[in-house]
Amino acid sequence: MTVQVDISHRLGDFTVNARFESAGRLTALFGPSGSGKTTLINLIAGLIRPDKGRIAAEGRVLVDSDAGLFVPKHKRRIGMVFQDARLFPHMSVASNLRYGRWFTPAAERYADINGVVELLGIGHLLDRRPAKLSGGEKQRVAIGRALLASPKLLLMDEPLASLDEGRKAEILPYIERLRDETKIPIVYVSHSIAEVARLASDVVVLMQGKVAASGPTGAIMQRLDLLPAEERGEGGAVLDTAVLRHDEAFGMTVLGSLAGEIRVPLLATPVGAPVRVRIRARDVMIATEQPVGLSALNILPGTIVAIEPGEGPTVEIGLDCNGATVLARITEQSRQTLGLRLGRQVFAVVKTVSFDRANTGAGLPAEADE
Amino acid sequence: MNWLLDLAPDEWNAVRLSIKVATVAMIASLPPGILIALVLARGQFWGKTLLNGLVHLPLILPPVVTGYLLLLTFGKRGPAGAFLAEHFGIVFSFRWTGAALACGVMGFPLMVRAIRLSIEAVDRKIEAAAGTLGANPLWVFGTITLPLILPGLIAGAILSFAKAMGEFGATITFVSNIPNETQTLPSAIYTFTQVPGGDAGALRLTLISIVISMAALVASEVLARRVGRRMDIE
Repeated sequence: MTVQVDISHRLGDFTVNARFESAGRLTALFGPSGSGKTTLINLIAGLIRPDKGRIAAEGRVLVDSDAGLFVPKHKRRIGMVFQDARLFPHMSVASNLRYGRWFTPAAERYADINGVVELLGIGHLLDRRPAKLSGGEKQRVAIGRALLASPKLLLMDEPLASLDEGRKAEILPYIERLRDETKIPIVYVSHSIAEVARLASDVVVLMQGKVAASGPTGAIMQRLDLLPAEERGEGGAVLDTAVLRHDEAFGMTVLGSLAGEIRVPLLATPVGAPVRVRIRARDVMIATEQPVGLSALNILPGTIVAIEPGEGPTVEIGLDCNGATVLARITEQSRQTLGLRLGRQVFAVVKTVSFDRANTGAGLPAEADE
Repeated sequence: MNWLLDLAPDEWNAVRLSIKVATVAMIASLPPGILIALVLARGQFWGKTLLNGLVHLPLILPPVVTGYLLLLTFGKRGPAGAFLAEHFGIVFSFRWTGAALACGVMGFPLMVRAIRLSIEAVDRKIEAAAGTLGANPLWVFGTITLPLILPGLIAGAILSFAKAMGEFGATITFVSNIPNETQTLPSAIYTFTQVPGGDAGALRLTLISIVISMAALVASEVLARRVGRRMDIE
């Protein structure tokens, strides 16, 4: 068990009362702002002491209020990447990176500086001062600094939240590599569905200080009711696929999934490699017959398994496409006109151009689904 | 120009003594200064206002009063003076060490203020980050807090040094005006002004006093700028 948390903590008139366990490779703590995500991660890191409860990570009990146990943060061996990088301004990038090494017993040092520098692509920054780095570079150095302390668990508190879209796109692949190439379990705080859908193996959904749901990413992402209102438009199905072939002539990549072939804009990923795609519910159309004369390239046959009322005039339709779930958001008017009801065979239609870069990322390697 | 450089041995001694007293006062005040500044900047305890007031007392009291209080406390028959003399062989009364103590106490509020301000400017989140990397609180202080407050530390030290160079009232009240032992520059200047024909000597020492103080100020500026450039905080 990677992380076990069962705590109750009061902050002013807000109470975090959370209980969850996760053994995932990258567990996302997901929820709107003010839901207690950062409080939870600070509790795991030891930056705050819970009023009551128990926290264990990687088989070691860190906090047990009944037993009066509280391991201070510098003895936890838990790395933390903060939203605001928090690099040491008076040290060079190289000294920042090496800082945690001093405090790690030699026998427990597994992180190798060259490997980490290469993984994060920060070799050309080593002699610089933090003040001379861009936001994205700072965040990569902060990740490297945390890794080089050879932590047993890595916590990331909204590491992309203060970056613009371009910088986010620059860092996301590094976090994917971190997830797939190192063995450190990661707990990742985010309020962005795009990030969670792309990165997480498991999701813990927090609402008003309580755990609303937890489980594998695919299962959680289908539950549009769990998503905060402002992010609901981003909600949709997450499919784990693999690259079947590249169609260079048209600039497309064909992915194989349970639901069938999916065409997305050309990816650099090699054939056979896992790719995770997110299909936003609002990008999915429903046809009652196999459409003809249509520009959209992805037509996935499926059965309606769920119909839920959505925001305003919309309904959310859940389709079972040969074992993979695809969500569609359409208007109630369309539902009635087409006579959509549970059990009906329909076709989900998705435009290739709706798969932008934020929606297609490296999939988790197969052993993640053990 | 000869009259300017031709210092009598006693005058040279006053210059040397002043520099020694000011340097010792500055260095000896640094550790307690940092500690008190840390406590005032970060501590949450009952009596903090009282401690703050106590530290600032030498700034608002007439120096003669501070000197007299030192005499009562650290003089031969004073409780602290008797204890230190008996157990550690440290004697303050009518010694240059007493002058250093008086100067240190007078400069202490200035030093604490400067250091306290720089500690309050340190981002505690950066210290927390160092903690998550495995540094215990002592290491965090040594490797993060101390380097970050270095400019404030330098400013505080120079203020204390400058104050010590100019301290007169408390020193003369506590340890009197003994040539070669407690006669610092201000005392020596004062003595010159009290005797007929002492004008030249007083002027000489005054100029020296100005030169030393200016040199200290310039040195601190240069040092602070170098440290500032090294840190390059946004």
